[in-house]
Amino acid sequence: MSPQTTPAAAPVAASRSEAAYVRISDVSKKFGDFTAVDHVSLDIRRGEIFCLLGGSGSGKTTLLRMLAGFETPTTGRIEIDGQDLSRVPPYERPVNMMFQSYALFPHMSVEKNVGFGLEQEHLGRDDIRRQVGEILEIVKMSGYGARRPHQLSGGQRQRVALARALVKRPKLLLLDEPLAALDRKLREHTQFELLNIQQRLGVTFIVVTHDQEEAMTLGTRLGVMNHGRIVQVGTPSDIYESPASRFVADFIGSVNLFEGQVLANGADGLCIKSADLGCTVRAERAGGGEQGATVWTAIRPEKIQISRTPAAPAEGAQAENRAAGTVREIAYMGDMSIYLVRLDSGSMLRVTLPNVLRGAERPIAREERVTLSWHGSSPVVLTE
Amino acid sequence: MRLSQAMGRRLIAAVPTLWLLLLFLIPFIIVFRISFSEVRLAIPPYTPLLGWHHGAPQIEVHWSAYSFLFTDPMYVSSYLYSLKVAAVSTLCCLLIGYPMAYAIARSGPATRPLLLMLIVLPFWTSFLLRVYAWIGLLKNNGVINNALLSLGVIDHPLALMQTDFAVYIGIVYSYLPFMILPLYANLEKHDLALLEAAADLGARPWRAFLSVTLPQSLPGIAAGSLLVFIPAVGEYVIPTLLGRPDQLMIGRVLSDEFFENRDWPVASAVAILILLLLIVPIMVFQRVERRQLEGLP
Repeated sequence: MSPQTTPAAAPVAASRSEAAYVRISDVSKKFGDFTAVDHVSLDIRRGEIFCLLGGSGSGKTTLLRMLAGFETPTTGRIEIDGQDLSRVPPYERPVNMMFQSYALFPHMSVEKNVGFGLEQEHLGRDDIRRQVGEILEIVKMSGYGARRPHQLSGGQRQRVALARALVKRPKLLLLDEPLAALDRKLREHTQFELLNIQQRLGVTFIVVTHDQEEAMTLGTRLGVMNHGRIVQVGTPSDIYESPASRFVADFIGSVNLFEGQVLANGADGLCIKSADLGCTVRAERAGGGEQGATVWTAIRPEKIQISRTPAAPAEGAQAENRAAGTVREIAYMGDMSIYLVRLDSGSMLRVTLPNVLRGAERPIAREERVTLSWHGSSPVVLTE
Repeated sequence: MRLSQAMGRRLIAAVPTLWLLLLFLIPFIIVFRISFSEVRLAIPPYTPLLGWHHGAPQIEVHWSAYSFLFTDPMYVSSYLYSLKVAAVSTLCCLLIGYPMAYAIARSGPATRPLLLMLIVLPFWTSFLLRVYAWIGLLKNNGVINNALLSLGVIDHPLALMQTDFAVYIGIVYSYLPFMILPLYANLEKHDLALLEAAADLGARPWRAFLSVTLPQSLPGIAAGSLLVFIPAVGEYVIPTLLGRPDQLMIGRVLSDEFFENRDWPVASAVAILILLLLIVPIMVFQRVERRQLEGLP
């Protein structure tokens, strides 16, 4: 997981905007007693890549299938470009989908697969051939028109599936876990190519994924789902740097979460006493939290500095945003190292440190005493 | 260790090979050889393959059985009639069986075993008994005619027995499971995401069926049709019990030649010709299956 390096943009409000291209209004879907999607409202802008991110059973796939028309919302409306699509069958929607399994027709050639959608529009044969040729060119599959799906590699199938979904120039393209079936190296490459194609064609994308890395790199905005609800909408850096809840903070990236009580809420931020952390936390940028309230402090592992504790501890050990502990585990990842530190309070803290120098002299070792500190802007105070 | 494994494998392969050799190939060779002899009043009732001519051994091959088949129009007409009955029955089985197999394949996982059970259930009763039961249904004072008469739909009993219609009913009824089961096995494996993909790309349900489901079920159609067509061509019991007395199917001709006429060479020639006729649909089937394996349409 590589954290976003872009500075946190102004939080994007999930409120209604005039620019909404796809408008999901209060949509719910029930299967018997089970509520898969629970009163979801979402606006998606023209030309953006919106990622629906959530674990399995979060309702993201059901929401996508409602957009495609395979499921009918129990309540609510779905509009695309001002047209109400809630009751329109899939074959009449200006929406195409790239399936997770790709769902390529095994008995048809690549050309036939890609041209299938155009054939349904009763276009002329020459017209179909020209458009199929163009889109295969874009996905770099020009020489493969006569092949069958089983003669292609996973990455090639993915491109054909993309071409088939794009050739009709849909108003909205739905991608169900588009990269899940690819191996790691290919994924990274394909991610950037997908972005490139999206920008070139200007089609609005909605991507469903459980992979936060995929969501962060692809999405202009993310919607995090849990138990059928959208729990937060925002740009990748909003979600990462300013999670709205413990669930989001924990789901995206890794995080250290500590319970604490608000000591004071003043102009210079929030002062929190945490028994778990064994120190006082001062959070500069924090909103709510009345005095005495129970809150959670979230600190990302890469935002914590780790340093060897001098033999004679410094005066004023009760400093703010500073804790002491012992290194229990070190995981060397190449580009960075992960330190698991047992604090003197007993809880564990995770710290990541980029390995900036080659063969650093005397790196911090296991069982060494360390001091952990962080900047006042780093802690995020969460009330739910 | 490896040696004994190879031995074991060879042993396993030997069992079906031996089976086919003893019960298929050798009888076939015997029948094939009899078809090239002439009938005579002796035991066995045909001329031997090796004869003595002027003191020298000589292989005697007679074509008379085959040429006889083409001189008497009864044989040709029986062949054509059998092919027609088998083809029409196969088509009817397909038209009835495909929707049934489709419905079973798409039914819920709880009801599916029950529906399959109902398809197989008739096999629990003797085949002969079930065909006899149709006589009770179809005859002039049978169940169907009595019901129609008492309802006032007809004044005179319909002549249902000893008609082509009765033969079709009997064959379609008896062989329908052989069409449904392979079709079901095929349809059940279909990836439903493909139908969703077709709908997503703008194909209406019927169009999606024609361009996705139907082509992918071709091997099932071929297997089911073969399982109905081949035994239907040589069917003996059903046309004998339900069919026309004036138009025999080739299976009946074969049996009559053996047991009534005791003309073994002609009977053997009839059997060999049936086999030749059936090779064509088998080859078509194998072609379809190979194409499917290669992912061709």
